[in-house]
Amino acid sequence: MSNFYIILTGSLVAMSCGILGCFLILRKMAMVGDAISHAVLPGIVLAFLWSGSRDSLTMLIGAGTLGILTTFLIEFLTHKGKLQSDASIGVTFTWLFALGVILISAFAGQVDLDQECVLYGEIALVPLDTIILASGTDIGPYAIYLLGAVFLMVVLFVSLSFNQLKITSFDPQYAISLGISATFWNYLLMSFVSFTTVASFESVGAILVVAFLIAPAATAYLLTHDLKKMIIIACLIGILSAVGGHYLAMSINGSIAGAMASVAGILFGIAFVYVKLTSKKVAKLTSGVAVST
Amino acid sequence: MWENIQYFFSFQDTNILYVSLGTIILGSSAAVVGSFTFLRKRALIGDAIAHAILPGICIAFLLSGTKNYVFLILGAFISGWISIILVDYISKNSKIKEDTAIGLILSVFFGFGILLLTYIQQSGNAAQTGLDSFLFGKAASMVLQDVIVFSVISILLIITVTLFYKELQLISFDEAFAQSMGLPVKGLVFMLSSLTVLAVVTGIQAVGVVLMAALLITPTAAAKYWSGYLPRILLLAAVIGGFSGFSGAFISYIAPNMPTGPWVVMVLSAIAFISILFAPRKGIVAKWLKQIHHRHRIQDENIIKTFFQIAEEEESFGEPKTIALIREKRYYSYKLIRRILKRLKRHGYLVENKAGYYLTPFGQRKAARLVKLHRLWELYLTEYLRIAPDHVHEDADTIEHLITPELEKRLEEKLGYPAVDPHNSKIPYE
Repeated sequence: MSNFYIILTGSLVAMSCGILGCFLILRKMAMVGDAISHAVLPGIVLAFLWSGSRDSLTMLIGAGTLGILTTFLIEFLTHKGKLQSDASIGVTFTWLFALGVILISAFAGQVDLDQECVLYGEIALVPLDTIILASGTDIGPYAIYLLGAVFLMVVLFVSLSFNQLKITSFDPQYAISLGISATFWNYLLMSFVSFTTVASFESVGAILVVAFLIAPAATAYLLTHDLKKMIIIACLIGILSAVGGHYLAMSINGSIAGAMASVAGILFGIAFVYVKLTSKKVAKLTSGVAVST
Repeated sequence: MWENIQYFFSFQDTNILYVSLGTIILGSSAAVVGSFTFLRKRALIGDAIAHAILPGICIAFLLSGTKNYVFLILGAFISGWISIILVDYISKNSKIKEDTAIGLILSVFFGFGILLLTYIQQSGNAAQTGLDSFLFGKAASMVLQDVIVFSVISILLIITVTLFYKELQLISFDEAFAQSMGLPVKGLVFMLSSLTVLAVVTGIQAVGVVLMAALLITPTAAAKYWSGYLPRILLLAAVIGGFSGFSGAFISYIAPNMPTGPWVVMVLSAIAFISILFAPRKGIVAKWLKQIHHRHRIQDENIIKTFFQIAEEEESFGEPKTIALIREKRYYSYKLIRRILKRLKRHGYLVENKAGYYLTPFGQRKAARLVKLHRLWELYLTEYLRIAPDHVHEDADTIEHLITPELEKRLEEKLGYPAVDPHNSKIPYE
């Protein structure tokens, strides 16, 4: 059963991240997603101190606030400060991450978090922290419910506002001319990235969330031109990475989250080589046609 | 507390000396190397390298079985290099953009590194303790050997940058031009990448994987606001990097449970934010003040001009004008007009009496000059650019605030001191 829970947790994280990751990549904001996943740290610590527990709602609010703050700060430095955008991202997320680590050290006694957990989480502990009803029946791990809820939220968000997200991703100018606020959807998307990061934090950590945000979506991006197909492929690849990663980790007794990220990378590599080989064939064929005519 | 500070700065404790020296050297050499990747608009590649060296370190440890520095740095160097090559290859050979490639390589390499690290930790090899210092840095526990290794590498970095300064400058600002001059651009980029990997491999031990990017990016981001001249930017970045490194060491000594690396980054970020906000000329506040000043000037000049226009129409120069009358001509809000009139009074363009406001002789000269510039420009546009007379007003309205006395003179001469503008209004000369 515990294997099943770990794979389910990994798959839920991978699917939520994969869906959002597709939009991040299309908006050329992969590194903003990376920045947010680091920058939510102080939000989590403050939420911890505020509520005194791992209360999910406070954490989500804390992280959402930090996600919006990060996005705002990056835009502010880029547009008002005229700092080049990659540097704005670098300055912002390192600052907030450092702040988070300092807060952890300052309130070490009150905050049940350590740096390892922040970096790569501990998915192996997921099956142990179960919800036990008043009647005494064990209804499964807490993380499954939290991540399940986040996954449903993400699916609901993307399916309800698919058109708005699509238009603002591909052609923000056109979106504005239709009266769709690119800024609003941008901030909303970033809030969802922060929610997902935070919910995934304890199981996979800050940096491996990035692997799930980017790797499956990037793989799907190679394989299709259709946004809907891209989202579905990203989800499938995410699940495949979770399953493969779990068994890889079992076989060498290493970090499960690390193994899932490695498998996601391998899958990307396979897709990359596949696309490269087939596109070469197409290129040869078309150049052959050009010569013969 | 005070005694602690005194003890720190006396540097009697060799440990304090080593840690301070080490962080200063690391901070400043990373800043200098980072400047070039920053200017090449590839600031985040350092972040990718920092994450990507982890598997290299682990594999080097697995192969050699020891924690020998030379092996670990070699392993880190190789996997850092592979990450750069992969980012380049992926972004050049597929539709994936560079930032996605950076994020992909960064997270996958790091995940793989974590997998190896946990594998090593659970394998029960006693020599492995301390490998995770690469993850979080270990600035506070640097010993003489570390400082020597860092110093050697840093001196190497600084010497290379100085020797190849001109070439590096060229490929940072204009790669195509460097190519056309026959410089070995590929070789130089290779060298710069190697320098970056080296800076990352050493710097990471001070601040850890995640914060390494700050050591490379933030000093230059701050220095850029104080100067546009590259040698000065480099020097300033080095000073900021070194100072922040030292401050981090100092803070974590004064407050022992505080981590060094994050404090280095906090000090760096504080300097950067102060620079971005308050640097003279390039800072946000300076720019904002300049904008306000400019806006006030345009408002002031518009109102002065309005006085002239009313007087011209009613042939009532020297008579007082009421605010209501001014607002008929130029529809600013009542409050705004009051503020502008107050400013004009302070600068001696206006006086106020019971009946209203009127221009002083100084104000009248100013008004006449503005109207003259406006009308000269309208005439210039119709005569020389063949623009229809009913299309020239808007343009003249903007340019009249900007024309310099030299330009004014040339306009007058070129147009031959004309008497009227295209709308047959008289052009006022002094």
